Order: sequence, then structure tokens, then C-alpha cells
Amino acid sequence: MHLTILIPAILNGLLTGAVYALIALGLTLVYGVLHIINFAHGAMLTAALFAAFFMHKLLGLDPYIAVFILSPAFFALGYALQRFVIGPAAHGSDSNILLVTLGLSVVIENAMLHFFRADTRTIDVPYGFSVVPVAGAYLSVPRLVGFGVAVLVAVLLWALLTRSDTGKAIRAVAKEKLGAELSGIDVSHIYAVTFGLGAACVAIAACLLIPTYYVNPHVGTGFVLVAFTIVVLGGMGSIPGALIGGLFVGVVESLCGLYLGESLGQIGIFLMFILVLLFRPSGLMGERA
Amino acid sequence: MPANPLLKVSGLHAGYGEVEILRGIDLEVGQGDIVAVLGSNGVGKSTLNLALSGIVKARQGTIEFDGHAIHRERPPAIVASGLIHVPEGRRIFPNMSVSDNLDLGSYRRAAKHRAQNRERVFAIFPRLRERATQRAGTLSGGEQQMLAIGRGLMAEPKLIILDEPSLGLSPLLVEEMFGMILRLNKEGLAVLLVEQNVVQSLDIVHRAYILEHGSIVMSGTPDELRSNADLKRAFLGL
Ligand SMILES: Nc1ncnc2c1ncn2[C@@H]1O[C@H](COP(=O)(O)OP(=O)(O)O)[C@@H](O)[C@H]1O
Ligand SMILES: [Mg+2]
Repeated sequence: MHLTILIPAILNGLLTGAVYALIALGLTLVYGVLHIINFAHGAMLTAALFAAFFMHKLLGLDPYIAVFILSPAFFALGYALQRFVIGPAAHGSDSNILLVTLGLSVVIENAMLHFFRADTRTIDVPYGFSVVPVAGAYLSVPRLVGFGVAVLVAVLLWALLTRSDTGKAIRAVAKEKLGAELSGIDVSHIYAVTFGLGAACVAIAACLLIPTYYVNPHVGTGFVLVAFTIVVLGGMGSIPGALIGGLFVGVVESLCGLYLGESLGQIGIFLMFILVLLFRPSGLMGERA
Repeated sequence: MPANPLLKVSGLHAGYGEVEILRGIDLEVGQGDIVAVLGSNGVGKSTLNLALSGIVKARQGTIEFDGHAIHRERPPAIVASGLIHVPEGRRIFPNMSVSDNLDLGSYRRAAKHRAQNRERVFAIFPRLRERATQRAGTLSGGEQQMLAIGRGLMAEPKLIILDEPSLGLSPLLVEEMFGMILRLNKEGLAVLLVEQNVVQSLDIVHRAYILEHGSIVMSGTPDELRSNADLKRAFLGL
């Protein structure tokens, strides 16, 4: 295959992969701290895409402006969901949390199906089809922005977790709950903050996706399947693993699309997923951070 | 008995699920006191500590600390009031550096004095300063115990509960640890020392309670307890 085709495919894969990584980041963070898979993650992404869509349609807000409203709003929503719905409903049992998030995803998706029908919608932004030449390839400007913001969010999240008291408390609760409680850390608050951060990641991802993507009531599910692959690939609970895993998966998908045809791109991801589960069940990054 | 105790536990009952572990505990610790709760494995010492810090709910009875009833408070509020519990098994944060562990000791309380308290902890445990950037999980057992106590000190406790600080340490280190606990008390810190190690504990405390099957069966000064025939038979092997 010619380099002039290969390089753009790899670059485009990285752009997609960064947004995948952002979605996976929220999933892996919640897993690392609460030790559960949040089954409502996909439904939250769909809801965020609808929110970004309607903010543009009804209020004329550009998604890059809406992100400053939607990410704090989704943080608050995620916080409240965990603190006042999931936590109390779970009665401290992990398998209950799992079921509650599963139930939530069914409720959210059906509510959206009811209100918005199964229609697929898109928005028009002036920069939707802008491209810039990079290393001989023409890259979509909104997707480049998506890449930059997703990487920035990952770095900020990492800084939060390693530098701030709240971030350190999150890591403390992840590994040693009793020790954290006895240090005066409010575990239900930290669980809710973590869930809120996961939801905020999804809201940011939605604002980055909507200029070049579409929304319908089921769109989140596909993304979360990929995100789950990334989480397993990068090591469950590992933030750097999610970022690197996301980029890697984006490139694999893009190359598979190139060689096998666009519609088969995702096959490569799931093939890789199965191989990793067989040979490196702890993930490519090894450590269970 | 102290006239105006810092900690006063009256008729405390607590347990897990159907099982009642503590069956009416009465206990007091005065300002500047050092008091031991002694008993063999499984009698309910750790359950008592967990009830004092709000992790295990008190089912009956009262806990007063520093003039306030705390038996219905959640753990963060109890930490904020200055009752600090250094748990059995250290429970440090293995994935984080020694200094991050210490920082989290002041998460709820005394955050303003963090830098100066960290210096103080390093002065008490110079080994921790050498290991400040190392992951806590890589420390030796003795160093982890120092870190757990150091993390507790970061909150400027009014009362520190130490649950079996000598567990798993070499005899030499146990000696060192008890000496250090005594020094902390001499500097004015009230200590509730919870131990199976009866002989060495009696050497450093003002008073002790003997716990058996969830009840206090004896209490008194070390001299009184050492001369008690039952205790000699049960614990001192004399
Ligand atoms: N989380 C728990 N759930 C049920 N029973 C427990 C739990 N923790 C301790 N126990 C039981 O409570 C009793 C007292 O335990 P504990 O307070 O740890 O004793 P000690 O600290 O004196 O060794 C033991 O019989 C123990 O098996
Ligand atoms: Mg114990």
C-alpha cells in the first residue's frame, strides 16, 4: 500500500481514537474507583449528543461554546445520579450498582426514543467540512480540534488526579476505602465526583463529535462497545492506558477500514479485543492502576 | 477516672448484621491520657475502634468526644472533630507516594498546617523523609506502620486510636514503636492503645481495660492489673 494512503489513514485513525479515548476515560475512571462497569455510559453519551444537537438547533449555540455549559451540567447530573439514585439504590453492593446503571441506560434510551423517535439528525456548522494539509494528508479541522481537546482533557484529568486533594482522594478511595474513610474522606462524595467526571468526559466527547457526526437514540451504544474494548486493552482503571489504547484502537480501525473496506473497520477492533483477552487479560499496559 | 473526660463511652452496643459483637462497653479517656484496651484475637477490639470512628454504627449507648455526642455522626465529621483512628493492618494507600499519603492525612483537618506537620512527622520518623517519593506499597512493614501513624498525626489529633501498632513487627521494632507512642503522649497527645501485647502495653499506659467477648471484664492501673490473679492466668501466663 502506498504511503500517501497509509499516512492519512493513520492520522485519521489517531483523530478518531482520541475521542474514543475520551469516552473510555470516563468509563475506566468509574471502573477504577467504584469497581463497576457503568452500563449507562453509552446512554449518557447519547443524551449529551442530543443536548449538544438541541443547543445548536434551538439556541444557535456552537458545540464549542455549548461544551462549557454541557460539561459542568453533565458533571452535576452524574454527581446527583450517583449520590442520590445509584448509591442509595445499590445499598453498598457492587452487583446492585451494575444492575442500577443497566436499568438507567434502558430508561434513558427509551425516553429518548419516545421523545426524539429513531430519526438520525445532524447539525451544520460553518467549519464542518474545513480541512488543513498535514504531512501530505488533508485532515478535517473539527476532528483535529477533537483530537487536541481530548488529549488536553486526558492531561488535565491526570493532573487533577495526581496534584489536587480531591484527585488524591479519588485514587485513595480506589485502592483503600477504609483507610480513606478513616482519613476523613467522604466516600459517597468521592464516588459521586468520580461519576460526575465520567459524565463530563462524555459531554465533552459529544460536543467534539457532533460537528462531524450524527445523533440518534442508539448512537451511544456503538461508541461504548469500542470504549469498553479500549478500557480492557489499556488495563481496567488505567488513565494512560485509556489514552494510548484509544489512539491505538482508532488507528487499527482506520487501517482495517482501508484494507478490508469501510464497513469492516470495527471488525479489527473486536478481533484485537479477543486476542488481548486471550493473551494479556490484564491489558496491554499490564498494570491494574 | 478523669473528671472531665475527652472520650466517654457509655453502654455501647455494636455488631455486624445479626451478630452483636460489643455488648455494653463503658470506657473513658482523659485529656493527655494514655489508655489501653487489651484482649485476645476476636474479642471485639477493632469493632470498638470502628464504632468510635463511625464506620460501624452504634446500636445502643452513647459516645461523647470533646463535649459532643458523636455516635450518630458520619466518619468525616468524627475525623473533623479530632478523633483519629490508625487502623489495624495500616490501611495506607499503596499506589501513592509516602508524601501523598501524609497529605491525605490532612484532607479533612489541619490542611492549613500541612507543610509544618509533615516536617514534624519527618522529624519523628526520619525513615519516612528518606522514602518521601517512594510508593507506600513498597515500604517494609515497620515503615508502613510509621506511615499510618504519621498520616494520623497530620490531622493534629486530639485523641489518636492505635489498633495493634505492634502487629507483625520484630521485637526490636516493637520496643521502638512503644517508646515512640509514649513520647507522643508525653508531648500531650491523648492515646487509646488497642493491643494484644499485654505486657509491653501495661509498661507505658496510665490505665487499661480488659475486653473479653465484647464486654469489659476488668479495668485499672497497670499495677492493679498486674497483681490481679485472673489476669495473670489469662494473659501474662504466670
Ligand atoms: N466485617 C465483619 N463482619 C462480620 N463479622 C465481623 C466483621 N469484622 C469482625 N467480625 C467478627 O467480630 C468479632 C470481633 O472482631 P474484631 O473486632 O476484629 O476483634 P479483635 O480486633 O479484638 O481481634 C470476630 O468474631 C470477628 O469474626
Ligand atoms: Mg483487631
